[in-house]
Amino acid sequence: MARTAIRRRLTWRLATVAANASEARAVHRLSLRIDGWDGHLPGQHVDVRLTAPDGYQAQRSYSIASAPESPTVDLVVQRLDDGEVSPYLTDGLRPGDQLELRGPIGGYFVWHAELDSPLQLVAGGSGVAPFLAMLDHHAAAASGAPVRLLYSARTLDDVIGHPRLERHAERGIGVTIALTRDQPPGWTGLSGRLTPQIIRERVWPVDRRPSVFVCGATTFVEAVADSLVEAGHPAAAIRIERFGDVRGARRDSGVPTTRR
Amino acid sequence: MGFVSRGFVGRPEAREGTVLLPPGQYDIGGGFPVLSAGPTPRTALDDWDFTISGEVDAPDRLTWQEFQDLPHEEVTVDIHCVTKWSKFDTTWSGVSLDTLLDRVETSADYLLAFCDGGYTTNLPLEDVTGGRAWIVDQYDGEPLEAQHGGPARLLVPHLYFWKSAKWVRGLRLSSVDEPGFWESLGYHIYGDPWREQRYAGD
Repeated sequence: MARTAIRRRLTWRLATVAANASEARAVHRLSLRIDGWDGHLPGQHVDVRLTAPDGYQAQRSYSIASAPESPTVDLVVQRLDDGEVSPYLTDGLRPGDQLELRGPIGGYFVWHAELDSPLQLVAGGSGVAPFLAMLDHHAAAASGAPVRLLYSARTLDDVIGHPRLERHAERGIGVTIALTRDQPPGWTGLSGRLTPQIIRERVWPVDRRPSVFVCGATTFVEAVADSLVEAGHPAAAIRIERFGDVRGARRDSGVPTTRR
Repeated sequence: MGFVSRGFVGRPEAREGTVLLPPGQYDIGGGFPVLSAGPTPRTALDDWDFTISGEVDAPDRLTWQEFQDLPHEEVTVDIHCVTKWSKFDTTWSGVSLDTLLDRVETSADYLLAFCDGGYTTNLPLEDVTGGRAWIVDQYDGEPLEAQHGGPARLLVPHLYFWKSAKWVRGLRLSSVDEPGFWESLGYHIYGDPWREQRYAGD
């Protein structure tokens, strides 16, 4: 197993908002400038900390959605109406505002451009965020690794980074989008949930020995991971990151964070 | 701490819980998120065993039935995940590590818990003895679901929850503190939520 430990101490630092733009329905891309950012690996995340005037603080984790080559560190934030942090990030932050964060964090759910084995990405909803970083890095590093992305979203309006994904498709990335809830007229992609059969058909075959990354809500990643194992992919080749999709909780943040 | 997030006030009800919460945590309420790094292993109970090995006078091995026959305790504890959620008053049933470790003689100071799926985590022995850790096989009166670590997981509620390894199959005792899976990937070697020991160097 790769041991890419981040050993230096992670201190809180200030980022400056460069842009805060809608990326899909109820999803914003927050582009941050961070002085002295040492770069990151695609798949890593940051911890964001908000502080109220009385000293009250709230922390959440967000995947980095931009490549290490990008001049800004971008987060994809899904706005949850009952969230404490995400509406502040999507609605409250303007260019020039500052935000406290620390990172990059995580050494397991990461992709290294030197790996040329086939790469399989499977995303549910805003779980696509770390894969946007991986795909942009793949392009910037001119990686020769063959890549497929299988991405499940509710409707076309919920597809995050659609224009980017189309550009990646044009340069040879296998992008398959499955719309679960409704499909526009003339939709040529997949419809409905990712079934074991779709997983078998659309994921790199087992004998190509792909590295598989799965990111999304728990029910999604559990179903996908079970289908992958059933199809013969070794468990050790499957890396998972998930959001805690919790009913009725005061959680928020589309937070792919690995762990536990 | 000088920085203030312009326009951020936070939720009044989120403040209420903070006296009971370690720094940076929030109350998840009724939910119970599932987090793991790989697919959920599904080991048949006939194939399951629990071993205590490493620096012991004689290794110990329990079958599922032998584990079931050990005295179980019910515990209600708060749990704290490094991904920021905490959950109050979770109820588990399992075997105290005091009971399990009484079965071996050792002079070791540390252990590495190992699991189906290859996950490991390290703990000082003094943190898992004295009624502070269990191997649990029930949650809320029901057999522990596979996605929450069933058939059995470690429960060490006073440390971040990645230390409460799912799908645990045994303990390797050692005189050295060998980092486990997340501890080798940038997470804190000990993981005390009250001192906010999330990452290496915290």
